[in-house]
Amino acid sequence: MSAALLIEQLLNGLQFGVMLFLMAAGLTLIFGVMGLINLAHGSLYMIGAFAAAGVAGWTGSFWLALMGALMAAAMIGALVEMVVIRRLYDRDHLDQVLATFALILIFSEGTRFFFGSLPLYLDTPDLLSGPTMLPGGIEYSKYRLFIIAVGLAVGAGLFWLISRTRIGIQIRAGEADREMIAALGVDIRKLYTLVFALGAALAGLAGAMIGPIQSVEVGMGEPVLILAFVVIVIGGIGSIKGAFIGALLVGLTDTLGRIMLPQLFGLFMDASSATTVGASLASMTIYILMAGILLFKPSGLFGGQS
Amino acid sequence: MRRETILNLAIPGILLATALIAYAMDEPYIITLATKAAILALAGVGLNIALGLGGLVSLGHAAFFGVGGYAMGILAFHAQNYMPIWGVIEGTKSMPIIWLVALIASALTALVIGAMSLRTTGVYFIMITLAFGQMLFYFAISWPTYGGEDGMSIYLRNGFPGVNTLVPLNFFLICFVILAVVMVLTDRLGKSAFGLALQATRQNAARAEAVGLAPYRLRLVAFTISGAVTGLAGALFADLNRFVSPSMLSWHMSGEIMILIILGGIARLSGPVAGAMLFIALEYVLEDLSHYWHVYLGAILLGVVLFARGGVIGLIAGREVAHD
Amino acid sequence: MKLKTLALAGLMASTSSMALADGVSIGMITTLSGGGAGLGIDVRDGFMLAIEQSGRDDIEMIIEDDERAPDRAVQLADRMIQSDDVDIMTGIIWSNLAMAVIPSATAQGVFYLSPNAGPSQLAGPGCHENYFNVAWQNDGLHEAAGAYANTAGYGNSFILAPNYPAGRDALTGYQRMFEGDVAEEVYTQLGQTDYAAEISQIRNSGADSVYFFLPGGMGIAFVRQYAESGVDIPLIGPAFSFDQGILGAVGEAALGVHNTSQWSQDLDNPTNAAFVEAFQAEYGRLPSLYASQGFDTANLILSAMEVAHPDDADAFRAALEAANFDSTRGDFAFGPNHHPIQDIYVREVVMQGDVLTNVVVGTALEDHGDAYADQCQM
Repeated sequence: MSAALLIEQLLNGLQFGVMLFLMAAGLTLIFGVMGLINLAHGSLYMIGAFAAAGVAGWTGSFWLALMGALMAAAMIGALVEMVVIRRLYDRDHLDQVLATFALILIFSEGTRFFFGSLPLYLDTPDLLSGPTMLPGGIEYSKYRLFIIAVGLAVGAGLFWLISRTRIGIQIRAGEADREMIAALGVDIRKLYTLVFALGAALAGLAGAMIGPIQSVEVGMGEPVLILAFVVIVIGGIGSIKGAFIGALLVGLTDTLGRIMLPQLFGLFMDASSATTVGASLASMTIYILMAGILLFKPSGLFGGQS
Repeated sequence: MRRETILNLAIPGILLATALIAYAMDEPYIITLATKAAILALAGVGLNIALGLGGLVSLGHAAFFGVGGYAMGILAFHAQNYMPIWGVIEGTKSMPIIWLVALIASALTALVIGAMSLRTTGVYFIMITLAFGQMLFYFAISWPTYGGEDGMSIYLRNGFPGVNTLVPLNFFLICFVILAVVMVLTDRLGKSAFGLALQATRQNAARAEAVGLAPYRLRLVAFTISGAVTGLAGALFADLNRFVSPSMLSWHMSGEIMILIILGGIARLSGPVAGAMLFIALEYVLEDLSHYWHVYLGAILLGVVLFARGGVIGLIAGREVAHD
Repeated sequence: MKLKTLALAGLMASTSSMALADGVSIGMITTLSGGGAGLGIDVRDGFMLAIEQSGRDDIEMIIEDDERAPDRAVQLADRMIQSDDVDIMTGIIWSNLAMAVIPSATAQGVFYLSPNAGPSQLAGPGCHENYFNVAWQNDGLHEAAGAYANTAGYGNSFILAPNYPAGRDALTGYQRMFEGDVAEEVYTQLGQTDYAAEISQIRNSGADSVYFFLPGGMGIAFVRQYAESGVDIPLIGPAFSFDQGILGAVGEAALGVHNTSQWSQDLDNPTNAAFVEAFQAEYGRLPSLYASQGFDTANLILSAMEVAHPDDADAFRAALEAANFDSTRGDFAFGPNHHPIQDIYVREVVMQGDVLTNVVVGTALEDHGDAYADQCQM
């Protein structure tokens, strides 16, 4: 494999990892602060993508679509928190799993009802379409570079929000001791709604940004949701840093595994069975990674006690 | 408590009666639906051992359901093509052997997944069982030998000595008897020393450990038994459809099995049976009403979780109700 | 209470099938929701257009949505056969659902006419006298693509498909006809939506052509990402990723791509011209490949019903074998395994006005049968 190809693949893995981080950050935040496992997080990703496709179809502007997706996901997130999720905080995990599973059914069929069953699509904005030349003669898609940049910026913003702002202090306090923070006079209901809406907005942003590279369809959130779970388990629940490292690990492992495993097996197998076996195992690499990490650190790389 | 005993007899009784009446009225499709309910109920009874007795929220039980299904598929596939497995082991079309293999294969799978997942608790456990389930799902899709995404068709239903399994009522009765036997065994298990110890670890793991119980080992045994029963249901389900595919391993399947238990009532012996009958009836009625029937299913599920936590049996057994 | 409703439903079902004792009851199981719903909707609309045009009122249609789930399809099929007593079944889009339903349906004495899926098992050793495929054997369009690549002068193809049986059949089919070298053979995950890694491989492969089979949303994602990446090695695909229903979503990224198909909206025959016009008038959109297959399937059934009732199985089967109907494809005949023998064309994606569509630019294979026919013994 040439160096140029390797760098290109590393960028691909980075871009995938950054997308996963946007999903995983919201999930881990919501679990850390409210103790809630939210299966419907993938639906918020889908809502973001559909909102973006809707706004783009209406106004023709990618940037407005991105804004629209953020707002739609945040608003629906806040609404769902106030109507349903709020009742689940003091329930056990089983009730949370079932109620949010029910929300997936409702969101998926509802989206199908409003948008139909056919996939929608988003166009990349002119500014970002086509490839660009990187130093070293590597050609790479501008839009994917944009995703990497946005993801890293959002990551930096989150760290800043949590470590430097008043809300961040409340969030950290909430993670440490839920009763205490209410006793200190913080409006805990408002804080919870805010955190949930923030997580929803991140998921919506991820969905909207992926729209121009993939098709926008019902059910698009579920594979990403499960990968985000893997990320969180690897990184440690409740840790933004863990989510970031976990996301990059998963992104790189998956991308490089897909390319390298078939070639690896090609060294000692005939070509056609090598591609088959390699592709089969490539679909399992990230789960094997997860199992391996769990063996040594049952609560993830950066998790406290579970 | 006594009312629940009556329900434990009455609910499977309704299922049996439904099939017999459908037979008398020559409605084979209703028998097929009743068979499906019995099989899903069996899967639910299996999950309930982990979930109800052990308090282990596994979102990956489709893995065992699917392994059981594939055990049937692989054995029957080799038998129908007269092609021994690895050139050594003959396939088989005999149900009892298939059941045994399905039980062992899914128990081993549950043992391995459980050994890793049970090192964690709470949300980690939920996410990890889900992830392992997905791993098997993707593996089944991309492994070409047994059909990959396409799955495998078995042209004729497998045989049971002395019974023509192609007759819908006969196959229903086989499934129903297995369900009844497993329910009796599960009841015994819950009341045995093992079951009581398991429930103690569910209620308070630290205290259970303090009195000398080993929660990890108890849970692992429960998880393995639970997976084996669900795997047996998977083998029957594959025989009902005469077809196995990765969709049996998908996490929606895990969700559905869990929904059955909740609709019926968690940790109740006949909860999964009531839940499975209700689920199949809802599917049958709602989808005639609307193409978007999952919305209603979702709404009902949400309602049950938020407002009727005991499920159907909780509603009936929990207070005085004086009608049929 | 539950028993009573079930019993009532049963009574109603049995009376309705009695009322139509002399008519023909057709069960259609197809994908009307979820991923790939567009294909099922087109098959259904094309099929129903032909039924309406026939003006017959003795046909009872039962149409159900399989949601692309095999176990659901099996359950619906059991219901149609055991409870609704259908004579003929049709509609399934996907090979895996076809394999789940068709063998047991034909074994129970029902006629099955496939408007889309054509898995090799059912064309070869698993063929059945009551099973007819009105679309193609799965390998057909891929073989045609291989033949086209030869005539276009390509000598080194990068080939890619999802890692599942139809994907492996596709690449096998392409290589069966293609005489050049294969630069790399890559299998992707089914349902994969991001092809960055594969596109990077293509860029560095030194191939002079790319053949890909990625049905549904996978194809949309791949073609758009490919256009975005700036790689300019020409793409060849089967019709599935460039058909009418999907072109809008692929967008201008598809312009100029060559793809193989047994049908095109501009095929020059009177049946097709009338079909395209009637379909547009009825549904307000251009028909797709799948709509044409649904339309042909219905017309084949109608032509056989003129000769015999499906209860007279031998006569009805003989009438189906004769294929005495006007196909939108022009010439149409069945091979010995009840799969089509037909021409397969090369189409190019063009912009007509502001609508993306395909025009025929050549013929890839003439009177093409399939590679499995001699394994079939009926």
